[in-house]
Amino acid sequence: MADAKFLKFDTQSLHAGQRPDPATGARAVPIHLTTSYVFQDVDHAAALFNLERPGHIYSRISNPTVAVLEERLATLEGGVGAVCTASGQAALTLAIMTLMDAGGHIVASSSIYGGSRNLLAYTLPRFGITTTFVSPRDLDGIRAAIRPETRLVFGEVLGNPGLEVLDVPAVAAIAHDAGVPLLIDSTFTTPYLCQPLKHGADLVMHSCTKWLGGHGVAIGGVIVDGGTFDWEASGKFPTLTEPYAGYHGIDFAEEYGPSAFVMRARAEGLRDFGACLSPMNAFQILQGVETLPLRMKGHIHNARKVVGFLETELASEKGSVAWVSYPELVDHPDHALAARLLPKGAGSMIAFGIRGHGSGGGREAGRRFIEALTLFSHLANVGDAKSLVIHPASTTHAQLDAAALAASGVGEDMIRMSIGLEDCDDLIDDLKQALRAATKG
Amino acid sequence: MELTVNGHSVFAHTGGRSFDPARPAVVLIHGAGMDHTVWSLQSRFLAHHGRSVLAVDLPGHGRSGGEALGGIAELADWLPALLDAAGVSKAALVGHSMGALVALDAAARHADRVESVALLGVAERMPVHPDLLAAASAGEPSAVELVIGWGHGPRGHTGGNPTPGLALIPGSRRLMGSVTPGVLGVDLAACNAYVQGSEAAERLSCPSLFLLGALDRMTPAKAGRSLASRVKSSQVVTIPAVGHMVMTEAPDATIDALTPFLGLRRG
Repeated sequence: MADAKFLKFDTQSLHAGQRPDPATGARAVPIHLTTSYVFQDVDHAAALFNLERPGHIYSRISNPTVAVLEERLATLEGGVGAVCTASGQAALTLAIMTLMDAGGHIVASSSIYGGSRNLLAYTLPRFGITTTFVSPRDLDGIRAAIRPETRLVFGEVLGNPGLEVLDVPAVAAIAHDAGVPLLIDSTFTTPYLCQPLKHGADLVMHSCTKWLGGHGVAIGGVIVDGGTFDWEASGKFPTLTEPYAGYHGIDFAEEYGPSAFVMRARAEGLRDFGACLSPMNAFQILQGVETLPLRMKGHIHNARKVVGFLETELASEKGSVAWVSYPELVDHPDHALAARLLPKGAGSMIAFGIRGHGSGGGREAGRRFIEALTLFSHLANVGDAKSLVIHPASTTHAQLDAAALAASGVGEDMIRMSIGLEDCDDLIDDLKQALRAATKG
Repeated sequence: MELTVNGHSVFAHTGGRSFDPARPAVVLIHGAGMDHTVWSLQSRFLAHHGRSVLAVDLPGHGRSGGEALGGIAELADWLPALLDAAGVSKAALVGHSMGALVALDAAARHADRVESVALLGVAERMPVHPDLLAAASAGEPSAVELVIGWGHGPRGHTGGNPTPGLALIPGSRRLMGSVTPGVLGVDLAACNAYVQGSEAAERLSCPSLFLLGALDRMTPAKAGRSLASRVKSSQVVTIPAVGHMVMTEAPDATIDALTPFLGLRRG
């Protein structure tokens, strides 16, 4: 019997979610810059509003260009559907708002993007949703932090900025034992390196702004529904299992089965909270997704070369590198886990510390290092095709006090680099001269 | 809507409106290893266009209890009991794949209970490869992969889903993956064993619609047309660029074909 054939990842990166435009024959995804869509007649309008027919009504809720990106990302992640949002932060917020009400509780990895931490630690408590942060390596701690009112476990495949690797299958099992879903922020890994749904996660989110776009020109986010979580069996998610008076009394689990979450997130979340993605941004992100496999191979190649250089510096007695963190290194605490979950490569984020000489220690050396770089760009972003660098303790994680900094794995001497697609020899030359400049005083 | 049929609980989605036995009834019958959610758009459309809808989960599927029934004739004989439980004397039947065989057989042998039949992705015979039957009976994931791989046409594989944001292949994978292990095997064995399709078609006396996917590799459109030719009076609609999953790959075209056939009007 012939095997079932499915399009492969590289092909899906180019094609998923799109057919040549039936009206014009356009091969590229058209940019549908329109707020709204003309109904064929009164019955067609009523059928669209009542979810009897598929289609678009108003671009806050759905848009044909955005829909291509949503279907493409859902396909690449292996999810039943996706909702794109104005940013990665909007995706996280949308997921939380879809799952819980005031009184809800989240268990989150303590090593996450600073913006996500701000949302969970400071902003959501104002709306009655609280979070307990636990080290991503403390599986017993994650289990112990789950309460009766917990509605979500949240973490990143690669911690930010400490590059801890989350044991996604183990954390998924812990979450499922408690009847709650696992949401993974997979921004650092992209579906090319890791598909968290295959490892037991139920929901996946990305800041599309990063590697998915790759060009650093468009902000966007996405939440992908794996369709795996049994909301009915859990009994903790009335937003998905009870009639919703705000949308024709729909019981989303009954009506849409595996697609309940993503349908509710769109029908309520985009409609009411309104953090939709612009079609122009969707088009720009789609241009990046088309080359995602090629770019990720380049990112991994360059990251490994730069890590090799830093390792050489680290080994040198007069070297200026105090430590290097990259999950593929054998001395990384999660080396074995990274090999299991990230066989194609452990991403292109590298963290290292500069050995301080003289006054100011590592922090001052770090400042001089960043200011001496010429090819690396000093900015608050990652995942660009261009190499980027930042000092987390004074920027992305500046809101954290010393204890929270330590819990997040952020040392004052930490330099975080996002390795781009330049010739790696040029990157290493830039690093060499900046390290010299940073330590010669 | 929960019903009790032959002593077992049966779930039927009613399309967002309470089931009213006084209105003309439509029963939507899903295919092998699936449930009522494959009809999510059509069931809402029918319910808001003058019909009382029973998008049923067959025994052992979805939210219904009991064991999966092991033959097309057995399922066809179960339908009148479903109508009795719902307080309906006669209904239009809309079936897909295995569900289409069930509708066809029921219309032939229980003509007094069937107003009309719409058959999606149908053929006189639905032979199933022994390897697939064995994998499905054993509950192996490869069986689901084979069914969804062969079942979807290019729209399913490449995408361009008319419902914004949904991906058809992963959606089908999750739906069929949630079925009780072995149930898909029971369903496929029922399809494989059914050889009365031609005879049933010749006995049909009610109006019939054959809704076929032009690129269907499981029940090729040619086979569907051949079956339709055996019916005294049939309409055939072949939808271009669509595979076996007619109602999910082409939900609008499905509704557009059902609307005149069933005489639907908003209300």
